[in-house]
Amino acid sequence: MAPAQADFASIVRLEGVQKFFGAVHALRDINLTIGRNEIVGLIGDNGAGKSTLIKVLTGVYAPTAGKIFVRDREIQPNEYSVRMAHELSIETVYQDKSLAEKQPLWRNFFVGRQIANRFGFIDIKREKKVAQEILLDVIGFRGVGITVDSTVANLSGGERQGIAIGRAMHYNADLIVLDEPTAALGVAEVRKVVDFVRKIKNSGRACIYIEHNLAHVHEVADRLVVLDRGQIVSQIDPKDMTVAELTEYLIALQRKG
Amino acid sequence: MAERSEASWLQRFEALPIIIVYALLLALFMYLSPGVFLAPYMYTTFLSTLPPLILLATGLTFVIGAGEIDLCFPSIIAFSGFIFAVLFKEYELSWLAVVAGLASGILVGFVNGLIIAKVGIPSFMTTLGTQFFWAGMATVLSGGKSYALRGAEESSVWQWIVGRPFASSSVDWLQQISIQALWTAIIVGFLWLILTRHRFGEHTLFIGDSNDVSRVVGIDVDREKIKIFTLMGFLAACAAIILTLENKNFFGNQGQGYLLTAIASVLIGGTSIFGGRATILGTVFGCLIIGMIEAGLVAAGLTGAWVRTVQGLIFLIAIIFYMYADEPQRRRALLARMGFTGKFGGARAAGSEGTALKRTKS
Repeated sequence: MAPAQADFASIVRLEGVQKFFGAVHALRDINLTIGRNEIVGLIGDNGAGKSTLIKVLTGVYAPTAGKIFVRDREIQPNEYSVRMAHELSIETVYQDKSLAEKQPLWRNFFVGRQIANRFGFIDIKREKKVAQEILLDVIGFRGVGITVDSTVANLSGGERQGIAIGRAMHYNADLIVLDEPTAALGVAEVRKVVDFVRKIKNSGRACIYIEHNLAHVHEVADRLVVLDRGQIVSQIDPKDMTVAELTEYLIALQRKG
Repeated sequence: MAERSEASWLQRFEALPIIIVYALLLALFMYLSPGVFLAPYMYTTFLSTLPPLILLATGLTFVIGAGEIDLCFPSIIAFSGFIFAVLFKEYELSWLAVVAGLASGILVGFVNGLIIAKVGIPSFMTTLGTQFFWAGMATVLSGGKSYALRGAEESSVWQWIVGRPFASSSVDWLQQISIQALWTAIIVGFLWLILTRHRFGEHTLFIGDSNDVSRVVGIDVDREKIKIFTLMGFLAACAAIILTLENKNFFGNQGQGYLLTAIASVLIGGTSIFGGRATILGTVFGCLIIGMIEAGLVAAGLTGAWVRTVQGLIFLIAIIFYMYADEPQRRRALLARMGFTGKFGGARAAGSEGTALKRTKS
């Protein structure tokens, strides 16, 4: 499970990234480096551009301008895609957009990178077998009535996060992006997610963790990146600030605008 | 636990409810008009008349499964049918006419897909527009004329596509068996494999489930949508050629009757109107039911005017049934709208959340 011997300084580096949606300037001159073996908490108010930044980073949106480096190698923005991000071992767990509701779990595990023959026909038996292993060994769902044939619609919010996170782990990512993984979760479920984020770090991987709940992110992050109206306004070491101070800081930021 | 296994009896056997309904209807018609429904001629007629409907509905299963709609296919039947008929009759191009007919359908479908995926106009509007455009083109080009393909049965095209392989048999109903049923079965069987176990089919259903999810898992949504509409165009062209050859006649509005019946067949079969779930087996049985109603009502002594009424009624019943059976959250929402919040939907919803909590604790 250990990632390949590292011969790079940073997993992802953004230089001068801009993103426009029509006339809306969603990201302004973003410079951000994600090193190996660090957990970066991305915080900021609604509409600050957190999700857009993540989507540029993971190949969903092409940036309007700027450069993306993965493992110190520059990526052509027009060639960058979700598929390419997967190949470069970058996995994303979105808050509510990671799994398709009406589809069974085994399809959700493999969609986009199916185990298929060269004509594109899926090896259903193998996919189900591997999905079963992910379910039991990686995620640890035992005796809760979930099988690889269960549809996502029948799962609780925490179980969905577990499935999506388990999928990212299975694909052995070097960088795992978590987009508000604890939103709408119960206390015990949040515990699991936080433990998982630690596990990511212990295994030598990096993680970008977007979170509304400042206490959660403060607890696990090595570095906090504060985004406001499409700009990175500061980078904070959580050791230098308590959760209460952080909250005050973010509120002050809002008032300034 | 109970909540989880609840919906699955429906999903475990593909198209089970519609097969049961089909069997019941068949039994009913056999009882009402044994002379018609217990003789083989009815079924051999189906083999020659249903293939165009089944091909169209199979294509629509992909389109609707992807959460889109296609209203353009009736005019592909007119346009591609015209291209085929004029090249076959006036220019005597034989198999080249077939190729040109198929190519024209593929082109129309591809353009539809391009407008929907790349320009970003909803498929309902796009195909409504292109329907008028291509139907108009067919009328302009043909000058409103129909083409009678007299003597077509001598050609190898007719023999291969809609021929009667057992014409020299001594059993009269065997003589009537038509070969397009075989081609249709092969195409539909192949597309069933594609939908259930090929990447393309899986992508189709994920796109129907959610465009956003599909994008983040790495599906090229635009490209797959173009492929889906191109496939629809190809199948509509197949239907056009079979229809034109079977009737030995082309006329400008030959596709119009298929709009409602094809969409109804797909939805009766159990494909979700909201996308994300689709069944080709169900669609085929949906087509059989639509076809059987027409024959059955006439055989039972009702006038043809009743056919559409009954088809529309069954269509509505089927949609409501599937909504109740398949989508618990929509069912709850519907009950809530109708004022049953207190006892029914609400209590159940609360109950299921309770069990979910218990589960996660253990």
